[in-house]
Amino acid sequence: MSAFDASSPASPRPLDGIRVIELTSERCALAGKLLADMGADVIVVEPPGGSPMRAYEPFAGDEHDREQALWWWHYNTSKRSVVLDLDETGGADDFRRLVSTADVVIEAEPLGRLDAAGLDWRQLGAASHAAIGAAQPSPDASGRNERLIWVSITHNGRERPDPPATDLTVLAEGGPVWSCGYDDHTIPPVRGGGNQGLQMACHYAVATLMAALMWREDSGRGQLIDVSMLAAANLTCEFATYFWLNQQVDVQRQTGRHALPQISEPTQVRCADGRWLNTGVPPRRGPEFAALSGWLAELGLAGECSSTELLKLGESYEQIDILHLDADPLSAEVFGAGRDTINFLAERLGAHELFVGLQSIGLACGIVYSPEEMLADEHFVARGFPVEIDHDGTPVTYPGAPYRFSATPWRATRAPRLGEHQDLLAD
Amino acid sequence: MIGPDHRSPVWPTAEPAALAGIRICDFTGQLAGAGATKILAALGAEVIRIEDPVRQGKWDILRGTQPFVGDHRGIEAGGSFNNHNAGKLGITLNLRDDRAKELLRDLVAVSDAVTENFAAGVLERLGFGYEALRRIKPDIVYVSNCGFGADGPYGSFRSWGPIVQAVSGLTFQSGLPDLPPAGWGYSFMDHTGAYYMATAILMALFHRRRTGQGQWVDLACIEAAGTLHGAASLDFTVNGRPARRSGMPNSNRSQSPAMAPHGIWACNGDDEWVAIAVRHDEDWQRFARAVGEPWTGDERWERLAGRLAHEDELERLVGSWTAGRPKHEVAGSLVAAGVPAAPVLRPSERIDGDPRTRDWGLWVTVPHSAVGDTRVEGLPVRLSETDWAIGRGAACLGEDNQYVFGDVLGRSADEIAELEADGVI
Repeated sequence: MSAFDASSPASPRPLDGIRVIELTSERCALAGKLLADMGADVIVVEPPGGSPMRAYEPFAGDEHDREQALWWWHYNTSKRSVVLDLDETGGADDFRRLVSTADVVIEAEPLGRLDAAGLDWRQLGAASHAAIGAAQPSPDASGRNERLIWVSITHNGRERPDPPATDLTVLAEGGPVWSCGYDDHTIPPVRGGGNQGLQMACHYAVATLMAALMWREDSGRGQLIDVSMLAAANLTCEFATYFWLNQQVDVQRQTGRHALPQISEPTQVRCADGRWLNTGVPPRRGPEFAALSGWLAELGLAGECSSTELLKLGESYEQIDILHLDADPLSAEVFGAGRDTINFLAERLGAHELFVGLQSIGLACGIVYSPEEMLADEHFVARGFPVEIDHDGTPVTYPGAPYRFSATPWRATRAPRLGEHQDLLAD
Repeated sequence: MIGPDHRSPVWPTAEPAALAGIRICDFTGQLAGAGATKILAALGAEVIRIEDPVRQGKWDILRGTQPFVGDHRGIEAGGSFNNHNAGKLGITLNLRDDRAKELLRDLVAVSDAVTENFAAGVLERLGFGYEALRRIKPDIVYVSNCGFGADGPYGSFRSWGPIVQAVSGLTFQSGLPDLPPAGWGYSFMDHTGAYYMATAILMALFHRRRTGQGQWVDLACIEAAGTLHGAASLDFTVNGRPARRSGMPNSNRSQSPAMAPHGIWACNGDDEWVAIAVRHDEDWQRFARAVGEPWTGDERWERLAGRLAHEDELERLVGSWTAGRPKHEVAGSLVAAGVPAAPVLRPSERIDGDPRTRDWGLWVTVPHSAVGDTRVEGLPVRLSETDWAIGRGAACLGEDNQYVFGDVLGRSADEIAELEADGVI
């Protein structure tokens, strides 16, 4: 039996009992979702008329309706919704009351907006703390909540300019775009898909927030967490950053593979069904050559493949030193034969058959799936990754848990309707 | 096991640390794993990274590969390795030897979590799967991280960042029409897998802190990546509209939410580009004023529907305006007008040419015992009470054996010398 059973409504979750107030924004929605799906009571505060995300395409049934926005559905699972007009006295008062009951506030408001309304960390959080060791802090007479953790996600921190920015512009000036694109540099560099410029900051926000919650268990004290989207993007560029920090050299983008200072060999091959495969590193070790030869024979293709003899030669290698192929023409030829064989197979097999076949003989590679193809793959289905979430009697399939917890499994419910939990304010 | 005031010996400040008192028994490597425990170390956890002395720690291929720190070479000079392991302690254990296994059992017994990103099943075959760990320490948190996860039909398949990105859909979603996938030009999911892993470790530790219950977290990086497509997955499951369709992907445009113009255009100079995002009709008016050319007055551009209907033509016009202009000037004029825009920055420009990253303290100079001062990445957060800090670069192979086997596990100097002589550590 697997250690990882599906979640049931009775199973505990790590953030049970933690209340989070989230001011709705595309910049912090993922942070709230990550917490809500692990048990936090995330109350998303929407302005009258609803979150801007409710107007984002695409819509269920292509019906332009604020309850049908799939972006809203995806990023707001497991949350509750209240509508508050923070520019009105009543709404501001309700917000203060909500915050006084909260463990965490997450917001990504334009700089200065909350402060001007008296609704910022500076007014509602514990801006100046009493000495450590004071009796259990709690909302005091001034309305401050000493235990409150306030997460602020901005373009580049609360003390620096806040220019108009989107996912695209953050990824452009933050570094990722420079590394993505094609060998042909007359083609523009590419923005990686999926709103990752927004999501990077959310990941750091949540990990840091968890550390702050741990510290609060001992100290009883909350704090301010100031998150920079620009800095988060800068820290999500891998080799581009390490080559500059260590060698002061800029990398250059290359089709479908790592940006590096030098041009490298292609790693994507188009298969017989038109789909692509990431070939990884071709065989280097004797047993890998033997396995490839064996599979080729099994497929009855050994006679057709012009690399068969060189593959046999490869079986005698312990490991080909791929960093020094220039100095060793024979090794270079043998190494090239492994790559040629994979290309030969790609001309004859579909991407899935090649992917499973190569992986099954120990050669790491990856089929280039579209998102819907990944969701339908038998491996992820068997692991319970796609989940059905009930939408008032209609099940809808979602990408499920990003991690499987054995004792406190991930679990999600549908995103809330606008103001669906307004009666929270009556408590 | 250790008090909340306990600090790692390489914690560099007298300030409180959010994760003081947390000890991680850490087998992670590369970026997908080591990147996670690096975050924990910067937040104050005592991370004890275990390496194999026989293979000189080279299971982690980053240990002795480029980019090297300056002119240094060898297993202590890998720049990526130094970055991902900054702030951690380093010890060696030859787990082929029973005495090393005993030391590991002792270390697990005084740790809060065990973390690894081996291929699925490797730690279990070494005798330290979750059930074994739990027998040593009943409330242990165990977080394993690999591409395809701990079980399932592809349980034996291997992966690294580019493969995770390919199988999850991330590669497919990054590119321009009628061209091969551009994908991510680096191991984006090694970074992001590490973010999920750090969060998973801390959520499990938080649960244990409040209930006394440990657990196993199975992180499959491909599944983590499969949650990162925004509305695209639901567009298929709800509307039956696949991402694999004519004209897609086109990730420099914005379909969700719909914006136009939205893309990356060539500017004056070699490989110089600017990104521009006109979010809505109001932005279009600002854009038109900032550009100030006759074509912006065409009434087809006033509404989003018109801009989308003639997007190819509009993109050519925008390109005719950006071409020949410096990228900083184009971006600056649009931002001043209230329109999101940014130059595409090279590593040199954003690291040493952008005062915003320098002022944040994003690039931290830390000492390294073998290669001297090096620069590593900090964190993109600031905490008002327990800020992050990084006191040292990566540990050299076995650099902290004395502290861990002596101070933490109570072995005598003679015993440690013998273990070393026998190749156990």
